[in-house]
Parts: sequence; C-alpha cells; structure tokens
Amino acid sequence: MAAPAARGRRALLLHPAAKPVLFIAALLPFAWLFYAALTDQLGANPQEYLIRSLGDWTLRFLCLTLAVTPLRTIANQPALLRFRRMLGLFTYFYACLHLLGYAWFDMGLEFDEIARDIAKRPFILVGFAGWLLLTPLAATSFNRAIRALGAARWQLLHRLVYAIAGLAILHFFWMRAGKNNFTEVAVYAAILGVLLGWRAWRRLRPAPRAAAVRPAAGR
Amino acid sequence: MLIKTGRDGYIHPTSSEITPQAVYRQRREMLRLLATGAAGAALASWAGREALAQSVQRPGKLAALAGQKSSVAGAVTMEKVTEYKDASSYNNYYEFGTDKGDPAHNAHTLKTTPWTVEVDGLVKKPGKYALDDLLKLGAQEERIYRLRCVEGWSMVIPWVGYSLAQLLEKVEPQPGAKFVEFHTLADPKTMPFVGSRVLDWPYVEGLRMDEALHPLTLLAFGMYGEVLPNQNGAPVRLVVPWKYGFKSAKSLVRVRFTDKEPKTAWNKAAANEYGFYSNVNPNVDHPRWSQATERRIGEDGLFAKKRKTLMFNGYEAQVGQLYAGMDLKKNY
Repeated sequence: MAAPAARGRRALLLHPAAKPVLFIAALLPFAWLFYAALTDQLGANPQEYLIRSLGDWTLRFLCLTLAVTPLRTIANQPALLRFRRMLGLFTYFYACLHLLGYAWFDMGLEFDEIARDIAKRPFILVGFAGWLLLTPLAATSFNRAIRALGAARWQLLHRLVYAIAGLAILHFFWMRAGKNNFTEVAVYAAILGVLLGWRAWRRLRPAPRAAAVRPAAGR
Repeated sequence: MLIKTGRDGYIHPTSSEITPQAVYRQRREMLRLLATGAAGAALASWAGREALAQSVQRPGKLAALAGQKSSVAGAVTMEKVTEYKDASSYNNYYEFGTDKGDPAHNAHTLKTTPWTVEVDGLVKKPGKYALDDLLKLGAQEERIYRLRCVEGWSMVIPWVGYSLAQLLEKVEPQPGAKFVEFHTLADPKTMPFVGSRVLDWPYVEGLRMDEALHPLTLLAFGMYGEVLPNQNGAPVRLVVPWKYGFKSAKSLVRVRFTDKEPKTAWNKAAANEYGFYSNVNPNVDHPRWSQATERRIGEDGLFAKKRKTLMFNGYEAQVGQLYAGMDLKKNY
C-alpha cells in the first residue's frame, strides 16, 4: 500500500495502532454485555436484552461496514479501506452471537425446534437467511481466498452484502410490526438506504465523471 | 408409564412449584381429623397454612395497602413471588413509552389524585365514582396471581384489590349488557407517548359479562402490600389472570356496559395477532413466536430453559367452563 505524504486525519488512519484500536473498540459492546450479564445489570429479562442488543450491534456494524466506501470517496480518505474487512467480520461476529443467543436463550438449543421455528416464521427465516448469506462473505475474507476466487468473482460474491442489508431490515421490521413501533427500524432503514442509494446514484451517473474514481475499487 | 426426559423440554417442576412439606403434612393431618370428627378444633391451624405459603415483603416505597388473604379458589398461588424491583421496572405501558424501562422512568408525571371512574352504558346506576369510594366498596384482598405476557414472559404478583364482580353488583348492569369495556387514561399532557401512532388511544379493553363477573377477575388498587406504582397502572386497574397481560387494562377512567363485543386496542392494531379473548393458550401460537413456553422473570438462570405455559395460565379449573364448546383457535 502506497502511503501518501500523510498528514492530519490521514496520518491517524494510517497509524500502526489504528487497526488494533478499532479492534478493541469493536469488542467493547461484547465486553460490556459479558460483564453486565455476569454482574446482573441487564434488567429483569437479561436473555431478551442480550438477544436484542446483539441484533442491534449486528445492524450497527453492518451500517459501519457499508459506510466505508461512501466515506472514503466523499471525504477523499482512501486509507479508510483498511478497516472495511475488520468491520465486516465484526458484523458477522455479532450476527453469530445474536443467532446463538436466540438458539440458546429462546429455543433451549433444541435443534429440531429451531428448524421448525425457522420454517414456520418468516421473521425468523429472514434473519436466519441473512446470517447464512453472511457466512460465505466471512469465510472468504482473507487474502488467499480473494486470490483463489479472482478479484471479479470475489467482488461479485461480496455484493451479497446488499441483499443481506435488505434482509436485516426486513427482519427488524417484522419483529417490530406487531406493535407498530417503527421508529428505530426507520432510522436504520434510512441509514442503509442512503448508503446503498449513494452507490446506485454513483453507478447511474454519466460515464465521464464516474471514470474519475477508480471503478475497480469502488463499491 | 409416561417417561419424561429432557427432550420433552421445559416440563420439569421447579422447586417453587412443589408443595412445602409442612403444608403437605398438614393436609394429611386435616384428612385424619376429618375422619375422626375432630375437624372443628383443627380448623384454626388449617387456616394458618396460608402463613406458611409465603409472606410478601412490603417494599416500603409507597403508601401501604394491605389485603386479607383471599379465599377465592385459585387466588393464591404458592409460586415464588417475583421481586418488586422487576415487577415495577419491567413494564408494558405504552402511554409512557414502548421500551420496558420507559414506564418506570416516565410515569412519575401521572396524576392519580383526584381520580374518578365513570360508569356508563347499559347500567342501572351510571355515574362518576371517586377513587376513595371505590377503595371502600369491597374488602381488600391479597391475590397472588401468575401474570403471563403475550410476549412470552411471566411473573408472579401479589395484587391487592377485590373481585370486579363487587363493583358490577353495585352498579347493576342492565339485562341487555353482554360486555364490559374498560377505558384507560389517555392524557397527552402527562403521558408522553399518547401522541404516538403505536396504538389508537385511549387504550380500550373488554370482557364478556361472565368473564367480568368471574371471582378471579380483580379490580386492583395495590401490589406487594402497597398502592400501585404509576407504571403498574395506578391508581386502579384490572387483573384478569387467565388472559394475556394486555387484557388487564391499567389506570381505568371508564367502565362501559354494552351489548356489542368491544373494539379493543390491540385487536384494532393487529387483528391477526391479538384477538378479543386472548386467553393464555400454549396450543395457539402468536404468528411470530410460540406460546408453548415462557420465561419466568428473575427466576431462571441465564441458561435455564423456559417453563411450559399452562392452559388458561394454570386457571383452567376455575375458568375452563366459561369457554366450553368454543373453538379457542378461532376465538384466540
């Protein structure tokens, strides 16, 4: 990676400690939930609190991951790309914990019950499908996988993240649908809408200006 | 012989459900005395068994409101009472916010004095009843009920109040009255979420007349030996223990008698999810989750399995006959 004459923000982004700091920061929600569970600080229904918080953090990391490319372009900070893979993997980390929380706390790890629940309830099915689609993305997140797949195919596969974003919002929407309580759903939908809309808008722009940004790296 | 294993899931009794040995022994003793004709002398100690069942600790946060132990069948469960801290901090009271913690934070603005409940519709003695008059209308009883929320959690709460039937007898519904509607307060000045579109305010609930007259249906003024906290529906609410929690309307301002099935708040919001009856029924799932099991708040460890939900929340012996011949899958 060619480091430009780095100054200011760019210097911070390229600092050797930047990645470890982000790694620790991304683990903080997990650390807090773990500590709070041990010390009985999760309220009257800790199981529900854990499952919902882990779902929230999955969605937040998904938003952060999808924000990297627009921010990188708009703020002209190519160095931001260094963090996208880690953010994506943390999305999967929290998604796995969210699923584990459901399977353990809600379903008592009864796998036939879980299978029946997934088949029976669209809202669970959609959430599970999102996790399932996220799995190959996490599994092909290391450099050798990129080389083995070839950049074009790898990129095609990782465009699944757009579908995953849609499934995540639908899952959240359905979960809240019975109580007509859509404020938070609307906030996340708006954020994801802007992040995906920006990509669509850029793609549809007239060709000459689009050529100004390197298309191979853009998503 | 029916052999139950862990694969059956959820059905093992917890220690709190097992009759204490002392009570069990006393029952035996009672039967022996009955057989020998010496029952009369033993009745006093038999009545004392309630003292063994459990003693509810008064949290000492609000004005005391004591009730005598209820003699209504099924009115005093022996299960472990939920901690007051949980029962008063984990609430669904959407007028004060949709998060479980919101009501405890926001409901301090609710003004519970003066308070009147309007009785109208098909009733011989309509009018406005002041809270003080309602408080004195019947002897306050302590009822320890299971509370099962439609969301899949449950509590055990010691309420203080008297059977709604006592109010109904006093106000004398007309013969044409088939249902009772309960309207709860909807004051945008003190209830921050009454402006939201979560529900069609005011919150309305309803019961069929025979359900309303059932002795287990409670008009509650207190819990844990004290007046109700605002977030739990002060100053007066309904408690219908065999139905999902949302049927038990909070902060009542109007009781209306009608010949038509009331249009209830949740039924209007999502008819496919919340029916008029809303009896606790492990065999009829909510569209988005199973109702077969429940999480007892504050009792199970983090990794404990949920417990099995009981038909009519365990009050089948008392209320089952109200629904004889009804298809409870259709009339959910």
